[in-house]
Amino acid sequence: MTTTERIERHHYDVVVIGAGGAGLRAAIEARLAGKRTAIISKSLFGKAHTVMAEGGAAAAMGNVNSNDNWMVHFRDTMRGGKFLNNYRMAELHAKEAPDRVWELETYGALFDRTKDGKISQRNFGGHEYPRLAHVGDRTGLELIRTLQQKIVSLQQEDKQEYGDYEARIKVFAETTITELLTDDDNRIAGAFGYYRETGQFVLFSAPAVVLATGGVGKSWKVTSNSWEYTGDGHALALRVGATLINMEFIQFHPTGMVWPPSVRGILVTESVRGDGGVLRNSEGKRFMFDYVPDVFRNQYAETEEEADRWYTDPDNNRRPPELLPRDEVARAINAEIKAGRGTPHGGVYLDIASRRSPEYILKRLPSMYHQFKELADVDITKQPMEIGPTCHYIMGGVEVDPDTGAAGGAIQGLFAAGEVSGGMHGSNRLGGNSLSDLLVFGKRAGEHAAKYASSLTSRPQVKPSDVDAAVETALAPLSRSGENPYAIWHDLQQVMQDLVGLIRRKSELEESLKQLADLKDRVAKVAATGGRRFNPGWHLALDLRNMLLVSECAAKAALTREESRGGHTREDYPTMDPAWRQVNLVCSLDAGSGEVVITRKPVPAMPPELLLLFDRAELAKYLTDEELADYDRALAEARLNKLDGSAAAKEATL
Amino acid sequence: MKRHFRVWRGDATGGRLEDFQVEVNEGEVVLDVIHRMQATQAPDLACRWNCKAGKCGSCSMEINGMPRLACMTRMSTFADGETVTITPLRTFPVIRDLVTDVSFNYEKAREMPAFAPPPNLRPGEYRMQQVDVERSQEFRKCIECFLCQNTCHVIRDHEENKRAFSGPRLFIRAAELDMHPLDARTDRKDFAQSAQGLGYCNITKCCTEVCPEHIKITDNAIIPMKERVVDNRYDPLVFLGRKIFRRRGLDEPAPPSPARQPAAVVPQTTTLDEQGRLPLSEFTFERPGAPSPYGEDVQFPLPADGISYHHPSEERPEIDQARD
Amino acid sequence: MTTTAVRPARPGARAAISARTLRRDRWWLAPLLTVTGLTAWVVYAVVRVYLHKWYWVEDHHYLTPFYSPCITDRCVPDAAHFGRVLPGWWIIPEAAFSLPFLLLFRLSCYYYRRAYYRSYWASPPACAVPDGHKRYTGETRFPLIFQNGHRYAFYAAVVISGINTFDAAIAFRGADGKVGFGLGNLILLGNVVMLWAYTISCHSCRHIMGGRLRHFSRHPLRYRLWTFISRLNTRHMELAWITLGTLAVTDFYIMAVAADWFPDLRFFN
Repeated sequence: MTTTERIERHHYDVVVIGAGGAGLRAAIEARLAGKRTAIISKSLFGKAHTVMAEGGAAAAMGNVNSNDNWMVHFRDTMRGGKFLNNYRMAELHAKEAPDRVWELETYGALFDRTKDGKISQRNFGGHEYPRLAHVGDRTGLELIRTLQQKIVSLQQEDKQEYGDYEARIKVFAETTITELLTDDDNRIAGAFGYYRETGQFVLFSAPAVVLATGGVGKSWKVTSNSWEYTGDGHALALRVGATLINMEFIQFHPTGMVWPPSVRGILVTESVRGDGGVLRNSEGKRFMFDYVPDVFRNQYAETEEEADRWYTDPDNNRRPPELLPRDEVARAINAEIKAGRGTPHGGVYLDIASRRSPEYILKRLPSMYHQFKELADVDITKQPMEIGPTCHYIMGGVEVDPDTGAAGGAIQGLFAAGEVSGGMHGSNRLGGNSLSDLLVFGKRAGEHAAKYASSLTSRPQVKPSDVDAAVETALAPLSRSGENPYAIWHDLQQVMQDLVGLIRRKSELEESLKQLADLKDRVAKVAATGGRRFNPGWHLALDLRNMLLVSECAAKAALTREESRGGHTREDYPTMDPAWRQVNLVCSLDAGSGEVVITRKPVPAMPPELLLLFDRAELAKYLTDEELADYDRALAEARLNKLDGSAAAKEATL
Repeated sequence: MKRHFRVWRGDATGGRLEDFQVEVNEGEVVLDVIHRMQATQAPDLACRWNCKAGKCGSCSMEINGMPRLACMTRMSTFADGETVTITPLRTFPVIRDLVTDVSFNYEKAREMPAFAPPPNLRPGEYRMQQVDVERSQEFRKCIECFLCQNTCHVIRDHEENKRAFSGPRLFIRAAELDMHPLDARTDRKDFAQSAQGLGYCNITKCCTEVCPEHIKITDNAIIPMKERVVDNRYDPLVFLGRKIFRRRGLDEPAPPSPARQPAAVVPQTTTLDEQGRLPLSEFTFERPGAPSPYGEDVQFPLPADGISYHHPSEERPEIDQARD
Repeated sequence: MTTTAVRPARPGARAAISARTLRRDRWWLAPLLTVTGLTAWVVYAVVRVYLHKWYWVEDHHYLTPFYSPCITDRCVPDAAHFGRVLPGWWIIPEAAFSLPFLLLFRLSCYYYRRAYYRSYWASPPACAVPDGHKRYTGETRFPLIFQNGHRYAFYAAVVISGINTFDAAIAFRGADGKVGFGLGNLILLGNVVMLWAYTISCHSCRHIMGGRLRHFSRHPLRYRLWTFISRLNTRHMELAWITLGTLAVTDFYIMAVAADWFPDLRFFN
């Protein structure tokens, strides 16, 4: 189709797709590097899904417990991710998170304070020490607002200098990117999309694109994610030849509301458990004590008395099992419900009302109280909540270079940060690590995208034929008469919820692939009624394509991985397999057929100095015998060199 | 159970209330009903929403005439059989159906001088006491739903005041920064009075009434800011005190050196020009001159079949005939 | 494909909704009650102030707050604690010193402003209901810019509250000069307590006591004062109405006793 429509064009050095924490942080960095930067946001500026993060940003500042440092944080992250994490990302994250959090204060963030005026830190599942910088239970909002205001302040500087707020950084709110464009050498040349408001197309010409589009949760039925989470970044990356890893690992947050239906899926923050909330089944039993896995046996309390003492005396008691990593808690809740000990609405009880005073709850969990009261008319200071697992976060994502955030595969000029990138969290993310992940890797992606843009001698040019094709694809649903996108979306959610949910089976996964193939045919015929101006039906019709592609990756990867680990639980392979720990599953699109292809790739091996941060006993639970032999050799060597392994470990930190 | 809804549908050129009969289940909120309308009856019904948990402030609209978040308005709060009328925010230009153009708020936010970090502290050296940050933290709870801006009669009923008046959302931002323990600027009060139009507020408290976050906008931000302005401008006792004791306002940090402090930002109207065109920033472009509006890859002359120009004669043949 | 960097003009029209308001709750009730309540009170007060009698109960030393301090030469000498400095022309109220300031204090009070802007001015009558004025400039120019002087009225109100306290205190003198105690004392006392609560819960007071500080942590005493006043301040509206009530009740009781409609109920002496 040759369109006679005028397409608005913009020239930028760096285009950041996504205006959540990672996107904004990347944009700030690119702008600070002097690049003309565009921020593209699917919704209004400052509404990104980051606002939903409640707990806090994990950073080993040691403000509350001075024993904390990056090595402990690194250990916790690897342990939480079941050692499937990209060690380098976990290391960078643990090392740089405190600086990124402190930086926010210079942008105007107001975190809760300790008595001596430093940033207060709170306990969270999987973290050994109180580590989460927080603001009540609305840390995500604080983070997004702070970054938003920093961008505004940069625009004010530009206004001073150039007389135009948008001289060097501009926010394109309510704009969706449908396609990334490349030149003939597989370099990023731009991005194509539309303004949601008007339906007009827009073309960004830019040598570097940072993806920060978040996750994929809208493909599941019970989810804490907003409508924006349609896996756009994942799909865009795949279509230009980048690769995705770890797509089978999807975190189901253990505590989402299950009743009333209007708020199904909405999160109850982990802080409720950190501040004394406990899980009970319909028989009133505090069941988490029965579900402490062997790998965590030593770190968690065995009796209710010890667990209750921990809240006031964490140094001399082990933590309550309610604070196990999310995957463990989600599985335990699922098992209780399946065993028939769930609540009438298919959840379990989360009880803080009987354990803490109303004043304490109001002080510590104000927005939780507020949310339950207003949305569901439930008073959490008086009655327990009904909760169950909800799809929350995808650990997998674009395979990136740990230091630069540059996407792997056959593409140049593409960067990714935040939830859309993969590897950092391994098979399971610790609560609080996502906000710090956004900041650390957002900054790195922005910095390296700017560097990459500077390094180019010629600007990659958009191919007009690609633009024509993109226009055609985008307009197609409007011109055909076919199925209602909402119906397809509903069916897709049902398939993913039932067949690629928390607990997976081979037969179900195979069935899901079959059904996804059917859905693919239906998506190809989807139609949208109405015009182009702010037409949600049309927008959904375009998003469906991405959701479907990402769902297929998740289902295929889940079928391939024959073990249970973190956010991937197979009923037919219920245990962790050290051999599988060495394997990342990589999704790519076959250039010819356009089919999703899964390949295996080894997980990068930790260098000895990081390996030696762990106990052998702990590693033995995860590693193969050969890897343990390597560990022993490294330990012996270190002893020989320094006479003391811990000294070697310390030196490694310098 | 089916219930009767009236939803405003239309755009800037006009519109009307349309009737819908929609299924409503126990425990649902208005946004659920809108979603059901989209899924079953009107797929192109335009409506903003994101989190559906009262945390992002996207689904602002007017329900039975009151500005509210659709995700936080439970259906159980209406009487049985009551018709629910849903309209877009009135204060802002409508885009389509329930979606309005809220760029006014972002423009005003951009005129508000940002947090000025204390010049002598490096990151990580900030020390603040909880009691000192609590007041500002209340205002940072704001989810920017703009219900307060929408309900404020200063601009709701008087479009002409939009130029001079920033609105409650920006007043709490001013208060937040003025009460920030480490903000290095001292001209926040003056800015609030002269550039933000604090004096337009007649404290009728509708902003506080509609705030879904229950921020005490009037009592904790606007009135304290008005009092602070009085300190600065209208209170000769404070003026005398300063002269006699040779000190500035209590606790004000010393003013940063003039070089560090950018001049107060003068209120600006939108950066789009009158035709709604985007400004062209040639300064930062890599090549001299503006980028080609036709794209770098377009060669002239264009092939004739790709041109969107139509000669007037094709559309208005009567002119040619008249000439003949 | 042709391209250009032009975004189509954005029409700036608001949604064309014909109904002025779609509110169907009884939003007019609150302004109606305010108008009724305030008007009734003002009428009562004006009548009382220009009665020029029944303000002083000689036996029990009760002086109504509407005539305190009594400073015209028409005043009963015993009731004029602060001298009789003004001529007794009928237009001059006995309490010519205090009434204007009290009026100003209440007129410029942040709560009363909200109440009468909404109810008398209809600006706006209720949230999301149009204010029905052609132009609106708020408190940016004469005369409403003088609302900014609220704190001076507050300073005056503190002095006058002190005088009312003095009145309530000397009312404990019985007929024989010794301590006496009756229902009138209770009413006067209750009135004074409420007046103080209303006066110090004022927004200006809250600001002066601590609201203007940037660092509470460096002024712990003022912080505690501020916290206390902030708590009272949330009740400022209730106190505003309560004090209107207690003032009227106190005045009516003293009028009735002074006019011998019924005797004061004495507990002793």
